[in-house]
Amino acid sequence: MSKVLILAEHDKGALKKVTLNTLAFARQYVAKFGGSYDFAVLGHNVGAVATALQGFGAGAIHVADHADLAHPIASAWGKVLADLAKSIGADVVVGPASTTGKDVLPRTAVRLSAGMASDIIGMTDTGAFSRPMWAGNLTGNVKISTANKVISVRASAFDAAEATGGSSPIQPFASDAGLATARVKFVSFDGVQSTRPDLAEAAVVVAGGRGLKDRFGAITEPLADVLGAAIGASRAAVDDGFAPNDYQIGQTGKVVAPQLYFAIAISGAVQHLAGMKNSKVIVAINKNADEPIFKVADYGLVADAFVAVPELTAQIKALRG
Amino acid sequence: MKILVSAKRVSDPNAKLAIAKDGKWIEGDVEYILNHFCENAIECALQIAEANDGTETVAVGIGDDETARFIRQGALARGIDRGILVSAEEETIDSDLIARIYQGIVHREKPDIVLLGKQAIDGDSNQVGQLLAEYLGWPQATFASKVEVSGGKAIVTREVDGGLETLEVTLPAVITADLRLNEPRFASLAGIMKAKKKPFDELEIDDLDLEDTATKVQVVGLTTPSGRKAGVMVKDVEELVQKLRSEARAI
Repeated sequence: MSKVLILAEHDKGALKKVTLNTLAFARQYVAKFGGSYDFAVLGHNVGAVATALQGFGAGAIHVADHADLAHPIASAWGKVLADLAKSIGADVVVGPASTTGKDVLPRTAVRLSAGMASDIIGMTDTGAFSRPMWAGNLTGNVKISTANKVISVRASAFDAAEATGGSSPIQPFASDAGLATARVKFVSFDGVQSTRPDLAEAAVVVAGGRGLKDRFGAITEPLADVLGAAIGASRAAVDDGFAPNDYQIGQTGKVVAPQLYFAIAISGAVQHLAGMKNSKVIVAINKNADEPIFKVADYGLVADAFVAVPELTAQIKALRG
Repeated sequence: MKILVSAKRVSDPNAKLAIAKDGKWIEGDVEYILNHFCENAIECALQIAEANDGTETVAVGIGDDETARFIRQGALARGIDRGILVSAEEETIDSDLIARIYQGIVHREKPDIVLLGKQAIDGDSNQVGQLLAEYLGWPQATFASKVEVSGGKAIVTREVDGGLETLEVTLPAVITADLRLNEPRFASLAGIMKAKKKPFDELEIDDLDLEDTATKVQVVGLTTPSGRKAGVMVKDVEELVQKLRSEARAI
């Protein structure tokens, strides 16, 4: 019987959906191998996050609320998460493979003498975990041979878990002792201002490539507006400064699997496909018919994006009245 | 100041990959390259050294004899002062053991900064820097897109979900490089010639006095994920809209 501890991801007190994708993994794990799951909420003034986790069937919701945890400093969060796992006897710690999860979870693994498997997309009946390797060209099945296990979950591989009702006791976890923040200071956060849905949570993603140049926003934004879509970008578009880093989709950026994905002026390099090839419907618009993106697209249109995308935007707008 | 930097050889994910008969790793005519993120780490180390007189830079690679070539050509030829190769079979070591090997080297070399690539583009685990920082009890600044070092501290801008975060870490610290940290320089011909004469140590894992050399995570099988088939080409925007609406029911 396992006790799984799930690191909840939130943004200034608002629960992020990737937590529910991670919960879906935890439920599968518990269904297969037996046991129960608890949530860990770390941060400062995070009561609302604990409340939002009510009704999801957790044995308990543990809240470590402290000013020193206000920012996800890896040394501090990693320690508190490990301390909490030890105090409740959790043998499996899971979190989303977000930048926070990637930053924090390995430190927790060391403190628990646990092996860690990153970016998990599934598991086998024998207890191996599946994960993409070589930019998703191969899938590795990995076995963690330690008693304690730490796992980061690729959110796009698991549908968000539904609430099941009932309530979970909220238990404060005292975490003020020996916080490992002495040699790290948070300086600033320069956030991307957007009223659009989160890239990882959006049902529709409009992604642009380097070819859009300084008209990246002028081309992608109106289409995203009519579809209520999030905007993404290829690495090349971000490298050249046409889109912010937060937009990058691919092997080393974000991994998305929306219902509908528009790849606009994107060639489809292996590292980009690694971040979007599990989208349900892929539309590619590119003026070069030989680009590899057309090999994964459900609908391909060879056209100049500067002409085709405004036309597409207008036609969808007209359809929707 | 002393900076330890990673030079990891990776099998190119853009090349064709064949799964070995035992199903646990790849085989055949594998094309190797220096891990892109390590190139950024190397460039960052060189820039810090150029701005801070008396800084020594040391490149570390873990792998077989072939890895030595990547340390020399990828790191020493670009200007890194020394190389260290730790012999190990790539297939059988995991991120945790790699972190402990680095810990052993840190104990020998006592660097102020360990600069690693944020992830290796073959295994894609994105763990070693964070594991190493915890083993050492050091602060970390991962996914760096800007690094400024002065007065025993590093101010690091990090690429995180939602934007850019800036941290100040007191050295010694572990920093992992993201792609937009810099534009790696090319090795000059003079650099390539000099690299042949630079100090180069070859170590065995046993030389590092690690308490434990067991791995915690093992690859038990590799499979090829089911591919995606190309769909249809549409002739114009009108046809695209019509198909998205009536066939895919996506808009």
